[in-house]
Amino acid sequence: MERRRARRRAAWRRRRLVLLLMSPWLVGFSVFFGYPLVMSAYLSLNHYDLLSSPRWVGLANYRYLFTVDPQTWTAVKNTLWLIGVLVPLQVLSAFGLALMLARARTGVGIFRTIFYLPALAPPVAATLGFVFILNPATGPVNTILSHLGINGPLWFQDPSWAKPSLVMLGIWGVGNTMIIFLAAVLDVPRTLYESAQLDGAGPLQRLRYVTIPSISPVLLFAAVLGVIQGLQYFTQAYVAAGVASGQASQAADVTSVSLGYPVDSTLFYPVLLYQHGFVDFQMGYASAMAMFLFAVSFVVTLAIVINSRRWVHSGAR
Amino acid sequence: MSTADVAVPFVRRRPPARVRRKRLLVSVANHSMLIAASIAFLAPFAFIAVTALMTNDQALSANLWPHPFAWHNFVDVFTKAPLWRWTFNTFEYASLATLGVVVSSVPVAYALARLRWRGRNLAFIVVLIALMLPPQVTVVPLYVAWAKFHPFGFNFIGTLWPVIIPNWFGDAFSIFLLRQFFLTIPEEYMDAARVDGCGEVRILLTVVSRLAKPAIAAVALFSFLYTFNDFFLPLLYSGESPHHWVLSIGLSEFRSLHQVQWNLTMAATLLVMAPVIVLFFLAQRAFVEGVTLTGVKG
Repeated sequence: MERRRARRRAAWRRRRLVLLLMSPWLVGFSVFFGYPLVMSAYLSLNHYDLLSSPRWVGLANYRYLFTVDPQTWTAVKNTLWLIGVLVPLQVLSAFGLALMLARARTGVGIFRTIFYLPALAPPVAATLGFVFILNPATGPVNTILSHLGINGPLWFQDPSWAKPSLVMLGIWGVGNTMIIFLAAVLDVPRTLYESAQLDGAGPLQRLRYVTIPSISPVLLFAAVLGVIQGLQYFTQAYVAAGVASGQASQAADVTSVSLGYPVDSTLFYPVLLYQHGFVDFQMGYASAMAMFLFAVSFVVTLAIVINSRRWVHSGAR
Repeated sequence: MSTADVAVPFVRRRPPARVRRKRLLVSVANHSMLIAASIAFLAPFAFIAVTALMTNDQALSANLWPHPFAWHNFVDVFTKAPLWRWTFNTFEYASLATLGVVVSSVPVAYALARLRWRGRNLAFIVVLIALMLPPQVTVVPLYVAWAKFHPFGFNFIGTLWPVIIPNWFGDAFSIFLLRQFFLTIPEEYMDAARVDGCGEVRILLTVVSRLAKPAIAAVALFSFLYTFNDFFLPLLYSGESPHHWVLSIGLSEFRSLHQVQWNLTMAATLLVMAPVIVLFFLAQRAFVEGVTLTGVKG
């Protein structure tokens, strides 16, 4: 009897300890995550401009979003384009750089630092730098191209070149992924390469049958992370459009007119959400957009979490 | 396994000349590609730096090299824009947020990694989901809530507090990173402390936090970087009041604010990049270890 009570008291103390340690996250999760999710679902069924109280409109926001609003499709298409082009290119270039670094005999530290530095540059600063470097009239890139007799494109001023310019910016900042890949490549046991070599595998076959299968979880992880980041791509698009359009029109006010510049070619889904929610203050409509984004990213996230055992090592080794 | 680890005396034979020549060629090719890539990665920095030192007329011409060097650009940017104010706001946001992230995330990560309780795995999965979801998903109702919340008549919209405060309630990424590290600490350390009569809270404060110093340093570093670079949320809440802008917002509006020229814009860009790059060289090891820690092994 006495012992059971003591045990119960110990269990209660233990539970209290867990509760105490977890409390920041419990509060944080419910206030800054659970509440807004529920509220977002509610607001998405209302017309709400922040001034007058919400007015119930049922599914009208969703109907307008998916069937009427022409910008939705533009934004979805741009976002898919960015993810489809940027993510594979980032994985490929990071992998290529990591392979070259893993093979190098000297200067690894210097090269690694050089490839990593751009990833550190604040996104706003990096974007501003690229808009200047690629500025069509006097930018260094087009100046050099014209010395070579090439007529450079208009880059951020041209609807068909704006996204590729952003992709270049994205590849420049690939350093984080490269460091992770390099660690993974260096972690592949040497013995695997040696036995492959004994079996007569050439360098390409060793890459195909030893390196890639050994680090595939890391490659996959980077790709999925790239998709997640692609879904929230905002800063670079916002800054590039703002600065490039300000340059074209010399207008003082850049925010509202410039989103998506030029001709909606950089209007990504988060940019459109920003416009509806925080430029036009259509909170109900923006909530409907947020719910759709939630559904898409939840599916992607679930796919990762379900497969996470493959790359998240759990328990002490 | 143990026999393979024993160092066997092994005389390396000199490979034949043909093999040596091939290896040298491969190495030369590899290094030339590395050098080419390095030039491509460094060029944007070089263009920015060179333009930051040009006069305005030069920046608008096709010249690629400054003549004369306009060092005063770096002084002029401070008079053209309230750069000190933005810097102060940025460091205020970054340091308060970083402090909050560390203080609130360490205990949560410890409970997730080292204590056994029902629902622990579910709680960890919830952390992972929170880590992955875009901030845009929750931002609309949060903005509405901050806009409607006026304790003692204080208006949160137009300040940085709505961006700082959530950091004091655990950050998913930091919890994840710290948990991964806590898992690697051998149980024997904790057991030894327990035998000596240490409670779990004291174990966390003394044993674990001391052993986990590199991970805590990495979390603080990443949190500082994240907040220093943060743009979306500060723009949302303080976009309308320039007095509360952080550097990233100020920089994005720099060119349009006073019709400022490219040379000054690039000087400001360079100044905003500088703290991060200096920080990197001061704490290079913590960086690389931290990044590798996030890339978790299979």
